[in-house]
Amino acid sequence: MRVNFTVNGRPQEADDVWEGESLLYVLRERLGLPGSKNACEQGECGSCTVRLDGVPVCSCLVAAGQAEGREVVTVEGLADYARQRSWGAAPGAPLDSPSGEGTDSLTGEGAELAPIQQAFIDAGAVQCGFCTPGLLVAADEMLEHNPDPSDADIREALSGNLCRCTGYEKIMDAVRLAAARQSEGV
Amino acid sequence: MDFLRPASWEEALAAKAAHPTAVPIAGGTDVMVEINFDHRRPDHLLDLGRVAELGEWEVGEESVRLGASVPYSRIMEHLRAELPGLALASHTVASPQIRNRGGVGGNLGTASPAGDAHPALLAAGAEVEAVSVRGTRLIPIDDFYTGVKRNALAPDELIRAVHVQKADGPQQYSKVGTRNAMVIAVCAFGLALHPETRTVRTGIGSAAPTPIRARIAEEFLNSALEEGGFWDNGKIVTPSVAKQFADLCAAACNPIDDVRGTASYRRHAVGVMARRTLTWTWESYRGARHTTEGAA
Ligand SMILES: Cc1cc2nc3c(=O)[nH]c(=O)nc-3n(C[C@H](O)[C@H](O)[C@H](O)COP(=O)(O)OP(=O)(O)OC[C@H]3O[C@@H](n4cnc5c(N)ncnc54)[C@H](O)[C@@H]3O)c2cc1C
Ligand code: FES
Ligand code: FES
Repeated sequence: MRVNFTVNGRPQEADDVWEGESLLYVLRERLGLPGSKNACEQGECGSCTVRLDGVPVCSCLVAAGQAEGREVVTVEGLADYARQRSWGAAPGAPLDSPSGEGTDSLTGEGAELAPIQQAFIDAGAVQCGFCTPGLLVAADEMLEHNPDPSDADIREALSGNLCRCTGYEKIMDAVRLAAARQSEGV
Repeated sequence: MDFLRPASWEEALAAKAAHPTAVPIAGGTDVMVEINFDHRRPDHLLDLGRVAELGEWEVGEESVRLGASVPYSRIMEHLRAELPGLALASHTVASPQIRNRGGVGGNLGTASPAGDAHPALLAAGAEVEAVSVRGTRLIPIDDFYTGVKRNALAPDELIRAVHVQKADGPQQYSKVGTRNAMVIAVCAFGLALHPETRTVRTGIGSAAPTPIRARIAEEFLNSALEEGGFWDNGKIVTPSVAKQFADLCAAACNPIDDVRGTASYRRHAVGVMARRTLTWTWESYRGARHTTEGAA
């Protein structure tokens, strides 16, 4: 079957999609967006987290056909999404590449990093990196509606994302850092 | 495989009537796991995602008509006052990502003895609105679970909504697992005080082939509370009564040994949760009584 939906602000069409196929598979294998990771395919690890009409979900558990006509944001589009948000545009509204010359809103190629991405790097929250895309999408969404999270809020918001490397402390640091920078407006 | 995408409730019912073996998919958090792991290859997937009313709820006089696809995260956020037991149970489900998709209709569809909505629904009192092209029937929640992962739905029926009694007193939900997030219940316990009818209702998860109520324990507690005038005098429930209630709840279980826990551990834990949830809810009932009296 054919599925039409919006990914990172751009209309996309996927063809020959098998009816039982997941959104994750379509993103990775048909649209060439391998940022969302496939680790468990059963909702346990969160490494496939994307936003579906603004809501964080495990893309491995969304049937591709269920995404028909809807808006998806993946880690590749996170920087643009965050930039739009800071400009006060309605989240999820189609973007016409605000990232300027030489950048690609769909793949994130050439774009500046989102604040949450920069914070993960600065705090040393990335080791093997497999969990990182899902954590970034989940953490960014939390900071969108909870700019001043407690540690308990952060743990709760990230409770669906597993990391086998870091022991989570650096991830906590990164999210605290992003929150602090966001409130200082840097 | 065919992917059916009804745009309305009527179309969904017609599709289910035409293809009774079609597998409805709402949040997909049960269905997609089965498909990803090749445990299920239905001829038809019936996507309910475009039927808007399934994601809505109406708060009535007596009950909340909760659309089958309302995700857990919305129940936690919007229905905490009306459905405190279900809101607490919803919060124990999996993770934010799963709670953003999964809902009570899917939990009832799967009818796993470990489903977290079930003890809360049993304790609160609920009816399942099952609809087909033939018409609508309200299935009392006590009659809904018919076996391990089996329910009372006919092949052509879909769940439109669950009618859950609005809380008229404190409710609690307790769940045993190895961590706070992403845990399938080793066992779980829901308890609701119903001061208007002066009754207590229970719901037990993961401790029998289906979710169950501890009816004998409820009857015992109802008469003990009545005889002692507890609903009026607001005294602390006598420890011996609480213990007897806990023992009867444990006795209501018919658990198995599995990877998550042994039968005897489950029985023990259900007793502990029964006593605790009774204490918590009763304390809050007494507190509310004092506040009302103080205000009068
Ligand atoms: C990682 C993970 C953790 C989980 N943890 C928990 C947990 O802690 N507690 C818990 O209770 N569950 C848990 N689950 C299971 C699942 O999330 C719940 O059962 C959820 O309520 C299912 O809802 P859904 O909308 O996603 O259902 P779906 O997967 O869409 O459907 C589930 C079943 O219900 C049927 N169905 C759906 N809607 C209807 C309808 N309107 N009418 C008739 N049939 C219908 C489907 O055909 C299917 O058989 C977990 C799942 C995952 C993947
Ligand atoms: S791959 Fe989707 S949650 Fe693990
Ligand atoms: S950095 Fe390796 S899994 Fe998190």
